[in-house]
Amino acid sequence: MFYDIIAIWQKYNYVFIEGVKWTVILTVITVFFGTILGVLIAFMKMSKVKILNAITALYIEIIRGAPMLLQLYFFWLWLPKAMPFEMSERDCIIVALIINSSAYIAEIIRAGIQAVDKGQTEAAKSLGIRDSYMMRYVILPQAVKNILPAIGNQFIFMLKNTSLASTFFIGELMTSWRTVQTATYKPIPALIIVGIIYVGMTWTLTILLGRFERRLAASD
Amino acid sequence: MTDVLLKVENLKKNFGNLQVLKGINQTVRTGEVVSVIGPSGSGKSTFLRCLNLLERPDEGEIWFDGQEITQKGINIDLHRQKMGMVFQHFNVFPNMTVLQNITLAPILEKKIPKDQAEKQAMELLESVGMADKRNEYPRRLSGGQKQRLAIVRALAMEPKVILFDEPTSALDPEMVKGVLNVIKDLASSGMTIVIVTHEMGFAREVSDRVLFMDNGVIAEEGTPEEIFENPQHERTKEFLSQVL
Repeated sequence: MFYDIIAIWQKYNYVFIEGVKWTVILTVITVFFGTILGVLIAFMKMSKVKILNAITALYIEIIRGAPMLLQLYFFWLWLPKAMPFEMSERDCIIVALIINSSAYIAEIIRAGIQAVDKGQTEAAKSLGIRDSYMMRYVILPQAVKNILPAIGNQFIFMLKNTSLASTFFIGELMTSWRTVQTATYKPIPALIIVGIIYVGMTWTLTILLGRFERRLAASD
Repeated sequence: MTDVLLKVENLKKNFGNLQVLKGINQTVRTGEVVSVIGPSGSGKSTFLRCLNLLERPDEGEIWFDGQEITQKGINIDLHRQKMGMVFQHFNVFPNMTVLQNITLAPILEKKIPKDQAEKQAMELLESVGMADKRNEYPRRLSGGQKQRLAIVRALAMEPKVILFDEPTSALDPEMVKGVLNVIKDLASSGMTIVIVTHEMGFAREVSDRVLFMDNGVIAEEGTPEEIFENPQHERTKEFLSQVL
C-alpha cells in the first residue's frame, strides 16, 4: 500500500496539483462572492422593510435546509436552460456554490453585527449620530472582529465541500482522485493521497486562523 | 434660571403588560440640577431614557428647547446632539482612541474641522485630568477614566443638558469620587443636569431639586433639604431609612 501511494504520487502528482489548484480557486471565488452577496442579504434581513425580511429569511432557510448536492444538481440542470448566454458546467457549479455560501455568510454577518453591545448603539444615538454613520464608524468595525474568524471557518468548510463538485467532474481535487483511480484501478492509495492533501490544507488554515484570531483578540 | 428647557407631560411607558411609567409631569429649567432617586424598578432610568427618546413613550409629550420632540416625523438626531447622555456602563467606543471617541460626533454631525475638534477635545480632556491618555484605547483605561471620557465625549457636542444614568453604579468604590467631582464641576459651571443616582450624599449636595420616584410615578419632589430632612410621603421615608 505504502509503495502504491509513493508510486501513484510520483506518476500522477501533476493531476493532484491541478486538482488542488481548482479546489483553491473554487473556494476563494465562492467565499469572496458569497461574502459580497452575504452582506447584501444580511442587511436586507435586518432592514425595517418587512417584505425584504420575509424574502431573505426564506432564502436563508431554503439554502441552509436543502442538501448542498441537491443545490448543485439544481443549478447544473437549470441554469443552462434559464440563461440566455452559454454557461459551462463549471460556471453553473460556481454559481451554486456562491449562492450556497452566501446564505451561511449572511447569517454570520447578521450574528456578528447583532453581537455588538447594545450600549454602543445607544451611545452613538445619544450623541445624535445618524444610523448610517453609526453603522460605519461604530458598529461595523466592532462586528468585523466577530465576523472575520467565522468567515475563516466558512472558508475551511467550503474547501472541503467543493469536493461535492466532483460529481460533475469539474476538476477540483476530488475529481483528480476519480481521474487517477480510473487510470490505475487503485482507488484506495489515490484516496489516501487526496485525504492527506485535504487534511493538510484544512490543518494549515486552522492554524493560520487561530493566529489571526489571537491577534484580533489582542487588539481588543 | 427661569426658562424651561425640558417639559414632560403625562409621560407613560409600558414594557409589554408592565406599566413602568404611569403619567409623569415634570419641568426642568436651564441651569437646574435635578436628581432622580428611588428604589430599583421604580422607573427612574426609563424616565431618563425617554427624555432623549432612547425609549419611545407610549403616551405623553416631551418638549425640549421649545420643540415637541415626541411629534411624528421629527429628526431626533438633531435634538439628541443637544442632549448629552452618560450611561452606567460607559459605552465608550472600544475601536477608537480617547481622542477619536470625543471628536467623532462633532466631526461627523457638526461638521467641525478635525484640528479644531481635536483642540477642543484636548481642552476637555485636560479639565478632567486625562490629556496624557489622548492616544490610548479604552481597554487601557480604568472604569473611572472610561466614565470621565464618556462625560467629555458628551460635552464635546456642547449640549444644553446632560442626562446621567447611574454614572457611578458600575465603578469600583475608589473611582466614584473622581467621577462625582467632574459632575460637581459641571453642575457649578451652570450645566443643566438630570441625574439618576444612588449616591444620596451627592444628590443632596449638588441638586437644586430631588425627585423621588416610586412605582412609575414621581411620589415626592422638593429641595434636597425637604426630601432628605423632612420627607412627607411614607414611601420616601421608608426608602430613605433603608439607604441612608
